[in-house]
Amino acid sequence: MELTDPDLDALLSAIYSRYGYDFRGYSRAHIKRRVLQRLRLSELDNLALLQCKVLSDTRFAACLLRDLSINVTEMFRDPGFYRAVREKVIPLLRTWSYVKIWHAGCSTGEEVYSMAILLQEEGLYDRVRIYATDFNQVVLEQAKAGIYPAERMKSYAWNYQRSGAKAAFADYYHAQYDSAIMDLSLKKNIVWANHNLVTDSDFAETHMVVCRNVLIYFNADLQNKVYGLFNGSLVKGGVLCLGRKESLRFSNYRDRYSDMDKDQKIYRKNYRYG
Amino acid sequence: MDSTQKFELVVIGTSAGGLQALKRLLAELPGDLSFPILIVQHISPRSDGNWVSILNAQCALEIKEADEKEAIVPGKVYLAPANYHLLVEEDRSCTLTLDESVNYARPSIDVLFETAAQSCGAGLIGIVMTGANSDGARGLQSIKNNGGLTIVQDPETAESSTMPLAAIRLAEPDYVLPIDEIRELLISLHWVQRTRGSK
Ligand SMILES: C[S@@+](CC[C@H](N)C(=O)[O-])C[C@H]1O[C@@H](n2cnc3c(N)ncnc32)[C@H](O)[C@@H]1O
Repeated sequence: MELTDPDLDALLSAIYSRYGYDFRGYSRAHIKRRVLQRLRLSELDNLALLQCKVLSDTRFAACLLRDLSINVTEMFRDPGFYRAVREKVIPLLRTWSYVKIWHAGCSTGEEVYSMAILLQEEGLYDRVRIYATDFNQVVLEQAKAGIYPAERMKSYAWNYQRSGAKAAFADYYHAQYDSAIMDLSLKKNIVWANHNLVTDSDFAETHMVVCRNVLIYFNADLQNKVYGLFNGSLVKGGVLCLGRKESLRFSNYRDRYSDMDKDQKIYRKNYRYG
Repeated sequence: MDSTQKFELVVIGTSAGGLQALKRLLAELPGDLSFPILIVQHISPRSDGNWVSILNAQCALEIKEADEKEAIVPGKVYLAPANYHLLVEEDRSCTLTLDESVNYARPSIDVLFETAAQSCGAGLIGIVMTGANSDGARGLQSIKNNGGLTIVQDPETAESSTMPLAAIRLAEPDYVLPIDEIRELLISLHWVQRTRGSK
């Protein structure tokens, strides 16, 4: 089946005006693929029918929103990134008496707990407050609970050991039946909040923004807009961490940042611009 | 095949045995090929991408890992990086995503093929080669449904015939050929297009 752009535009505009979620600046290929998939699974004949159903059936709408917001994540994903944070970013964070970190697009929280573990091991966690946000309330609730399938712990431990680990991964959770429950001490300085990068405003006075594997889903215009949001949130000298395949290089903000780690996409906001 | 058809992109999917097959297919293609090539080769999520430079050294075409938002241009070959799906945008640029695995694979051939079919329609050539699973069959079918040209490696000549067989069964491709003949076909399409373009 072919999905035409005008039809897709109409669907995305309808979703935006009815539910406030704006997917118009997301990667078209991604959106098309997910919508086609939902169309196939729901056995609706065409996009017009799908649009009607999205507007009238909130459960179906929730389902489509889930299709479009991809929540796949891991603990210590890209161990080299966490090694670089330990080696290059932690010494900088130590120079501030209070550190505010924003994890944008935190999904089910694995990335946030990974950072909390790292900060605890580096003896910095007590002066840190982490704001962990996502626009998907369902994953936020899961993140808050901090309970994960036990079967995933093995591959998380594999990542952790390669991240410059200082302890044993099993120290950080309690196994209960098929679940792994993250240790309470990791949660105490985390604030979970619903925040939409496309439609909500910035977070003032942030020392470090971590937004990994979210912007790959956005087109170049929307990426620039969100980089603007991060730039407005970061203090001078603050740190911006992107995903392994994301880069400031082609954005409007490249001149305002310097590389802290080129491979791991860790940038530092310059004190002076221009 | 319609003789006025203009091809603008080739997508290739392989799995087990794919490295050898790709080398054989790509090594003798001209460096100024009229269409870009995008490839999904199933690899371990922990692969370091070393095999890309090995392949690049053996070919006249420039072979590289696809970057996020990179423009797709003729004469280049783009490989999906380990652990990311590779998608084709309508403006002929690459998107990488971390969606869940498809057919137990990330990158998945179906994801590349289906998005390329949506973006390029009849201007697309899809090729499925050796592999031990059935990723790519569905994608090849959607290339066909969108008017593209479909080619499968002759299962008899494939190191692992499962993937070619699955693709043949589902997509009923235009051609089933050994690798050397797939290469010849691509070269002749390249020449046809080149001569027509220079007129
Ligand atoms: C692929 S996950 C990445 C999770 C984690 N950062 C990581 O790298 O493992 C992408 C996340 O971005 C969130 N997201 C997508 N669009 C968003 C938006 N407009 N505002 C906030 N979060 C968004 C999704 O809900 C999802 O949880």
